[in-house]
Amino acid sequence: MSDIFIAVGALVVLSLIFGAVLGFAAIRFKVEGNPLVEQIDALLPQTQCGQCSYPGCSPYAEAIANGEEGINKCPPGGESTIQAIADLLGVEPEPLDAEHGTEKESAMVAVIREDECIGCTKCIQACPVDAILGAAKQMHTVIESECTGCDLCLDPCPVDCIDMLPINGGLPAWHWDKPGQIIATDATNNANEGKAA
Amino acid sequence: MKLLNISSPHTTRALSTSNVMLNVLLALIPGIIALTYFFGPGHIIQIVIASSVAIACEALVMKARKRPILFYLKDYSALLTAVLLALSLPPYAPYWVTIVATGFAIIVGKHLYGGLGQNPFNPAMVGFALVLVSFPVPMTTSWSAPSELLATGISFSDALGFIFSSREGLDAITSATPLDAYKHQVALSTAQEIYQNPLFKGADQSSIVLAWQWVSAGFLLGGAYLLWKRIFTWHIPLSLLATLVLCSLIFGWDADSYVPTSLHLLAGATILGAFFIATDPVSASTTPLGKLIYGAGIGIFIYIIRTWGSYPDAVAFAVLLMNFAAPFIDQYTQPRTYGHAKPKRGLAAKD
Amino acid sequence: MNTSFQLHDFVGGIHPTDNKVQSTNTPISFAGIPSKLILPLTQHIGTQSKPLVSPGDTVLKGQLIAEAQGFISANLHAPTSGTISAIEARPVAHQSGLSDICIEITPDNNDTWVERTRITDYKKCDATQLINAIQAAGITGMGGAGFPSHVKVSADPAQINTLIINAAECEPYITSDDMLIQERAQDVISGIHVLAHILEPKNILIGIEDNKPKAADALIEAIEKDADTPDIQVVIIPTKYPSGGEKQLIQILTGKEVPAGGLPSELGIVCHNLGTAYAVHNAVIKGEPLISRITTITGNACAQPQNYEVLIGTPVEHLLNISNTDIEKTSRLVMGGPMMGFTLDQIQTPIIKASNCIIAATKQELPDPAMEQACIRCGMCTEVCPAQLLPQQLYWFSKSSNLEQAEAHNIADCIECGACSYVCPSNIPLVQYYRFAKGEIKQTNEDKKKSDRAKIRFETRLARQEREQAEKDAKRAARAEAAAKKQAEKKAAAAANPEGAVEKKIPTADLQLLQKKFDATKAAVAKSKDKIAALEASESPDTDKIELLKGALEKAQTKMKDAAKAMAEAKKAEKATSTANADKGDPNSPERLKNKLELAQSRLTTAQTRLDEAKAENSDKVAALETAVANQKQRVQDALKALDESIQQTNQQNTTEIKVDTEALKQKVLAAQTRVDKASERLNMAKEQNLETVGALQTGLEKQQAKLDEAKATLASATLEDAK
Repeated sequence: MSDIFIAVGALVVLSLIFGAVLGFAAIRFKVEGNPLVEQIDALLPQTQCGQCSYPGCSPYAEAIANGEEGINKCPPGGESTIQAIADLLGVEPEPLDAEHGTEKESAMVAVIREDECIGCTKCIQACPVDAILGAAKQMHTVIESECTGCDLCLDPCPVDCIDMLPINGGLPAWHWDKPGQIIATDATNNANEGKAA
Repeated sequence: MKLLNISSPHTTRALSTSNVMLNVLLALIPGIIALTYFFGPGHIIQIVIASSVAIACEALVMKARKRPILFYLKDYSALLTAVLLALSLPPYAPYWVTIVATGFAIIVGKHLYGGLGQNPFNPAMVGFALVLVSFPVPMTTSWSAPSELLATGISFSDALGFIFSSREGLDAITSATPLDAYKHQVALSTAQEIYQNPLFKGADQSSIVLAWQWVSAGFLLGGAYLLWKRIFTWHIPLSLLATLVLCSLIFGWDADSYVPTSLHLLAGATILGAFFIATDPVSASTTPLGKLIYGAGIGIFIYIIRTWGSYPDAVAFAVLLMNFAAPFIDQYTQPRTYGHAKPKRGLAAKD
Repeated sequence: MNTSFQLHDFVGGIHPTDNKVQSTNTPISFAGIPSKLILPLTQHIGTQSKPLVSPGDTVLKGQLIAEAQGFISANLHAPTSGTISAIEARPVAHQSGLSDICIEITPDNNDTWVERTRITDYKKCDATQLINAIQAAGITGMGGAGFPSHVKVSADPAQINTLIINAAECEPYITSDDMLIQERAQDVISGIHVLAHILEPKNILIGIEDNKPKAADALIEAIEKDADTPDIQVVIIPTKYPSGGEKQLIQILTGKEVPAGGLPSELGIVCHNLGTAYAVHNAVIKGEPLISRITTITGNACAQPQNYEVLIGTPVEHLLNISNTDIEKTSRLVMGGPMMGFTLDQIQTPIIKASNCIIAATKQELPDPAMEQACIRCGMCTEVCPAQLLPQQLYWFSKSSNLEQAEAHNIADCIECGACSYVCPSNIPLVQYYRFAKGEIKQTNEDKKKSDRAKIRFETRLARQEREQAEKDAKRAARAEAAAKKQAEKKAAAAANPEGAVEKKIPTADLQLLQKKFDATKAAVAKSKDKIAALEASESPDTDKIELLKGALEKAQTKMKDAAKAMAEAKKAEKATSTANADKGDPNSPERLKNKLELAQSRLTTAQTRLDEAKAENSDKVAALETAVANQKQRVQDALKALDESIQQTNQQNTTEIKVDTEALKQKVLAAQTRVDKASERLNMAKEQNLETVGALQTGLEKQQAKLDEAKATLASATLEDAK
């Protein structure tokens, strides 16, 4: 009979000790993390394009944090952003919601065809990051380094003189690609697939 | 002529993965010769069985994964796994034990984890551990006594017979391994008495487990060759052996109650394990300090399992246990990078 | 000389076959002037230089053709005399194989020098003068990276205690430094003296690998010959790649490690390539800018491997030709060494300041890379890594694009020496993986910076919009309040002053309002007329639009007529009151005459507009209207005359009054001027900050400007009258 008491007593003592250790760790090693909204916002591309149907990245981040919105509504961020948010929230990554747009292959920048610009300032008002420079009846121009490529200036332009061009960084932006995966494998894979198809 | 456009460096050393594997196979030869000399042709037959099964399995998996079969067979990694596994198995284990072990080693231990370079555990030891726990009887009763102790040697046809068909007559030549025997007898008798046992008393009355020592010497020679060829570094074998010796000196100083150091070192799979199994780079730790810790861990586990465990030898389990720990060890033993005051530890702090 | 020097070793390293003998048997010869010289504007690390010439210009040898932009940039000089034949994008010596802006010179083969300024005695010069000379000569690091040298020598001499000259030349094949020392050791030592004079180091060490005994002897001999040398030590180091890496050489010679992310100067060390010292000698002692360099041409496809003195900008093709290279046999054309050099895919690529070697390799010599096998974590890469990294871990992280972990494993400290790829038994192009990961990390960091900036801009914009809204609301509220107050005051005034005042004021207000309305409609009419005319004039008149506009024009015209009518009525009414008022006074008073004049003028304008309209519509009333206009004109003139006479009369009476008047006008002008100034200042500010108010401010400024002009005109007429 006394064995049982000893066992129970030992377990109680153990649980108390471990409880104390855990309690201490919870306080001592408390992670002073950012609030979730800020963490999600930091992962979003900050194009402020509104393609997610929210007026900017941070409202969307808030909506995600509140569980009101899926994580797959950000076309500029694309798969990598979805993956990052999924990692952060510990949820399954979903494919990009095509309703909100598709991921572009390379970063874009808006360029005004300056001889066609009539100086209506409508694009200036539409730009979420104030990256368009100009005055009424003066030609406008885009500050390329600040443009997020959000497309928001395209619709308001009455003469359609804004183009979205892929950014070409030239030599300074060039870097080596990842080497092809095990070459033999890929070659054979493709060959096999080719045969299958 | 079209000029090639690729990233530097443009010149490489002529040492390929298949070279590495072949070198290791080459280094096993002295050990194999010794084993065959003392224990009959059993191991040769096991090597043949295991190699054919391994190559067949490898080819099968590569076919299933739609990879170029020949390209992958030519790295000889499957062959090396098979040979190491065959050398670990008792020489007269029935053929199906070898087939199961090898098949499991290649298909589950290696390819289900992603193939060469991706397996967290030493495939040969995975296969060995499987048959050891699944078929303990054939695994513990298939070692022959050293040929000196036998009236007649074991012929090749006898060996084939033992392995493939009748196990009759096998009892006459089998015996426990010296480690196992000593461990079981030391509880009842003194060291002096144990050494009187025919297993420990060679034909010339002076040799003690002479056969095992020769085998170990053979593997040691191969290991030295690999060290000289810089196929692997000294870290893992040395720390493994040193730790094992240290443990046995601390706990086993009394030969009347524990297995003596000499037996630990030379009368078992210790040398084979230290130079050929623990050094399998895929599943081992790779940082210099990590290798030392990894080797030491294996040494400690070998001693613990041999001394207080119930299995005849312990290299397989010790290696597998440390395989678990290798990635963790690597994270915490990063060398100090040039220009940094302190080495980094662990993974990057995420979030 | 270096018997007692304490050498240190670096971790790792490899011993590739050095292949240096082939190119050291023949002395350096001049490669000659090719038919075209192609000079990329970016041959250095830093900002691209800015061209100073344009196509068609003739240049002399050594003439500055592109100047440095900022401190970390380099000048570029014409390597020979000739004509600039193009400034355009050409394939450049870069591992990307991409094109970049180059200046192309067609040599005239006269090789005429521009006037050179040499420094006769550098010892009398201070450091700044010498640094300027180095900067002016466009010297960049000659070892491979091409970092502008004047930046390196600009270190504070007080902090520098060791000058290291890197003559290790550890890469296989390359012998340009070796041959340079063997033939021109004296010049190299002289260059080192100049560098030493600038930096005032306590120790000067030349690190040279022990596989170049001839060069080492030549150096020692040259140092001994030189009488007044500072103590230069030639340190012979064991041959091991990459001992010529700056960080590794520093470690070998001093045992110190350059802090991660830091510079050698933090250790009190400055390290220069040997070729740089030679270029410094040329620049300072001979007054020649960096326009040529020693380049090794070697490889098995090359029949006569040797070193050439090559003009910067010489196409590689020229060098291949003069060294009898079989381009058909060449499978890989490498610029730089086989360990860190990059392949060229076009033989027109020019030699740049940092091109120390060209390897024309056959397939047997540098075979195509074997297929990549799986990494077996053999750890050979770890053993050879001179930066003590874990290449196999970095490989996993790079391959899976796990940049965070790659960074945590110090991928930034990788010097891309290629030792790991060299030993890798699985033929994994490790360095390319690391370059990929480093590039991605750089890109990600830049993207992150950009997105952070975008976020700040977006938030600032939101804040500004909110603020503006708040300001607008506040203003509106204030205006409403003011209006309410006025209303109350008016009511109070009306109550106090039952009649008269109200009656008098309202018609004038009305009239002004009507005038504005009339003006607006008139402007609208004019605009739509213009538009119609423009549309009709254009090549493809859009008839629908014209119809639409014509409709709008008619509407506007009727509106205008209505407005004119209403105005005329209002004026009549006003006139009635004013005549009623004026009846009491002098009928010839200026006020009355003015009224008359205004009346006549307005009638004239109406008549004129009607006439114009009639003309536009081709109406038959034109003749009648014309006479009416003439009549009206006559009336206006009469009224003017009468007014002038009356004014002259009054003038004689009160000239003093007018003077006061001009004073007041002057003040008015001044006030208007300041207002205009302020407005334009605000506008500029708004433009700078890219505010939305720019438009509003612009119109405000225009208004102020108009007011100012008006005031000025009145003042002018007033003074004119005053003078009379």
